[in-house]
Amino acid sequence: MQMARVIGDVVATRKDEALAGITLLVIQPIGADGANVGRTLVAVDSVGAGVGETVFFVRGKEASFPFHPTEVPTDAGIVGIVDHWDVE
Amino acid sequence: MQIARVVGTVVATQKHRAFEGAKLLLVQPVGLDDTPRGPTLLAVDSVGAGVTERVLIVQEGRAAGEALGRKGAPVDAAIVGIIDSVDVQE
Repeated sequence: MQMARVIGDVVATRKDEALAGITLLVIQPIGADGANVGRTLVAVDSVGAGVGETVFFVRGKEASFPFHPTEVPTDAGIVGIVDHWDVE
Repeated sequence: MQIARVVGTVVATQKHRAFEGAKLLLVQPVGLDDTPRGPTLLAVDSVGAGVTERVLIVQEGRAAGEALGRKGAPVDAAIVGIIDSVDVQE
């Protein structure tokens, strides 16, 4: 997983049926220091995250697991909202 | 698997149920000389690792789910060992 900030959302009317009703959010991965790392991407949300929040997301096939048994065609999914993190 | 350094901890109340009770650690993959390699990752800990320790991580869904002991968990990284030493003859 990686931490990320939610910076926006995506609306797509015409899409795969399995994506119906699923929130699509634009996220910017961040490092342990909170600085941006790598490219922004679009992730499905299963925890009710919103713009401005820090979240963590999973990549790959596992991103669709929260929607089981629906097989959602996604490769990134938000699976938690970060309350706070500590770095030593 | 990859070698990483545990650099921090993460607290998240609202999360997928598969993460209930799991420890989430920030890990920085490192090279053999301990230099950082790539972005910091968030991994579930199944071996009782702590901050500053050098660990072995898997970055693959099935392996991470097995480490967590939960099938169908939406995870892609897990700490599966604490490294005592690495010996490279080259």
